[in-house]
Amino acid sequence: MVLAAALSLTAASGLFAAGQKEGTSGTPTTSEKSKQTLTLLMDNQSGRTGLEAVIAAFKEKTNVEISIEFRPGSAEGENLVKTRLAANDMADLNWYNSGSLFQVLNPSKNFVDLSGEPYASRLLDSFKATVSVDGKFYGVPGETIPAGGILYNKKVYASLGLTIPKTWNEFMTNCEKIKKAGKIPIIASYKDDWTSQLLVLADYYNVNSTYPNFASEYTTNKAKFATNSAALRGFEKLQEVFTKGYINKDPIATSYDMALAMLAKGEGAHYPMLTFALAPIKQNFPDSINDIGFFAEPGDSEATNGVTLWMPANISIFKGSKHVESAKEFLRFLMSDEGLAIYMKARIPEGPFAIKGVKLPDAVAPAVKDVVAYIDANKTAPALEFLSPIKGPNLPQICVEDGLGLKSPAECAAEYDRDVEKQAKQLMLPGW
Amino acid sequence: MTLGTSKLYSYRFFIPAGIIYLLFFIAPTFLSFFFSLTIWTLSDWKFTGLDNFKIFMTEPSLAIGFKNSLIYAVLTCGLKVIFGFLLAAFLTTDLKTRGFLRSIIYFPNILSTIAVGIIFSSLMHPSQGLINLTLKAAGIPGPDWLGDPKIALVSVALVDVWKGVGIAMTIFIAGIQAIPTHYYEAIMIDGGSAFHKLRYITFPLSRSSFNSVIMLAFIGGIRTFDLIWVMTKGGPGFTTDLIASIIYKQFQGGFYGIATAGNVLLFIIISIFAIPLYRYLTRVEVDL
Repeated sequence: MVLAAALSLTAASGLFAAGQKEGTSGTPTTSEKSKQTLTLLMDNQSGRTGLEAVIAAFKEKTNVEISIEFRPGSAEGENLVKTRLAANDMADLNWYNSGSLFQVLNPSKNFVDLSGEPYASRLLDSFKATVSVDGKFYGVPGETIPAGGILYNKKVYASLGLTIPKTWNEFMTNCEKIKKAGKIPIIASYKDDWTSQLLVLADYYNVNSTYPNFASEYTTNKAKFATNSAALRGFEKLQEVFTKGYINKDPIATSYDMALAMLAKGEGAHYPMLTFALAPIKQNFPDSINDIGFFAEPGDSEATNGVTLWMPANISIFKGSKHVESAKEFLRFLMSDEGLAIYMKARIPEGPFAIKGVKLPDAVAPAVKDVVAYIDANKTAPALEFLSPIKGPNLPQICVEDGLGLKSPAECAAEYDRDVEKQAKQLMLPGW
Repeated sequence: MTLGTSKLYSYRFFIPAGIIYLLFFIAPTFLSFFFSLTIWTLSDWKFTGLDNFKIFMTEPSLAIGFKNSLIYAVLTCGLKVIFGFLLAAFLTTDLKTRGFLRSIIYFPNILSTIAVGIIFSSLMHPSQGLINLTLKAAGIPGPDWLGDPKIALVSVALVDVWKGVGIAMTIFIAGIQAIPTHYYEAIMIDGGSAFHKLRYITFPLSRSSFNSVIMLAFIGGIRTFDLIWVMTKGGPGFTTDLIASIIYKQFQGGFYGIATAGNVLLFIIISIFAIPLYRYLTRVEVDL
């Protein structure tokens, strides 16, 4: 049953890939003898405006074309990539999440080592760590650094005379005032269940500042969400906003897109989210992008107030590719000053780059400047999934249970600990 | 080769189909029994004994699937049998519009399950959906059909019945039409009413149709995946997760061993319910 499913999946993706190849080689250009077409497999939700501009410039320059193949996002797409890798039928270039998800793909076996590339020293170490195995790194950043925290509507804040909360209690006070003013304090979009995780995951800066060893102890099966009071706070916060009535009604019927609209229109004041949401807001509500600000998820103490950073998705080169050299050349171009300039011209960055010495244009959105302020003040920590290879796949559903009060925060945390155990065993980590 | 038993075709013609069947059905089935006992990464495996089964049975978010699948199967199967039979009995009478009505009831079957799921998800939207807007106009506060953990599973089951009752009805119609008319004539001569006809002729003599419908609907219900995935993705939380959606999520998570163990369990469960059910139903049929 299982193997049949796996086989049919690879057969389907194989057919798809074959179809694509045929389509592109069907129009031969005789004068260009070195014309090559590389494929880049990426999900269909990530923004690609900047990347496409760089691809076009690269074709102009070297006559190497890169065609993008699309796959679904999240778990469904991850499965597709894993299956294509197992069947040795992968695209030349692979766009993928960095951190724990990338580690699962067995990078040293499947991807080309990029440690000797000229841009190696330009990349931020915190990024490189998320795509490295045994000191060698296997991917370059494909986008800017997203931060996780609270996106808020500045107009709502201005009209109610609110200030940016530095502690969780101040945040709750703000929410109470917003609720009294007849607006939605916090937007919950649990129809897209991945969005429910933010209050838990973006709390990691606070976990880290209270309990700095959490990531390593968690990886070695010593620390648990349910029993570590600092880690449990995230689950408690997620339920608190529900029990206090601060989220919108019909959270299960509210999608990510609807949530962005509510935030942009000022119907809702806060949306716990990653800053990559600024791109769709800018595209769909260009007039509102300057009304959107960002602050970190507040902790319990004002002294420790900082932001949890995600790491950008990476682009890696498939080891079995027939065009490894061209693919390497493309990544060099993408990481060069020339490539980055083309990128920023086509797309105003939604965050800082994971590349040293890149100056952001002045035209970046206010929320991006808010994020950069935290980075300049050195008040950042990476999210847990970039410090530990284990992330349980059921966290979205567990967070929905938590966020709707179906179970207590402690029960949800314990449930997540069990979920994580499966992942750790699957990765055959020591100590589990 | 003896006289009179000469075969028209050689067994060699069986080979292509046999290879395909062996390669894509028999072999994977037996391999899955093996891989269900391992931690499996598609390229590599480590033997772990019955651990995967233990995880599947003890973890609340996985074990809930057994309960839900059973509720779902019994509910959809029961409603399909009841409504299918009554509709069939009604639409085998001399009704002018019966052809039209049969088509209408059968129609949802030819729709894609995915399309049905999307349509009903929007109809069941708690504040903007047509169902609740209608209820609101009548002064009744509609529930959150898919968001309330208490009724979400029932909501999906009702959609399944709406979509699947046509098949049940068609099977019953075929069965009812095969009943010889002289039984009905006999009961008319004895002065029986329409209810008597239904109770003492149509119902008992449709027994074989009942068997088919119950078997098909029950097995279909217990391995349902598509509708639940489109409408709730097993949510809110895990409250509408069925065995099949849980297995799918384990695949997504990359837990191929656990997912395979789930498939083996599903296979066993279907056998446990289906074999005795089939035996019982066929025995009753023979007894008649």
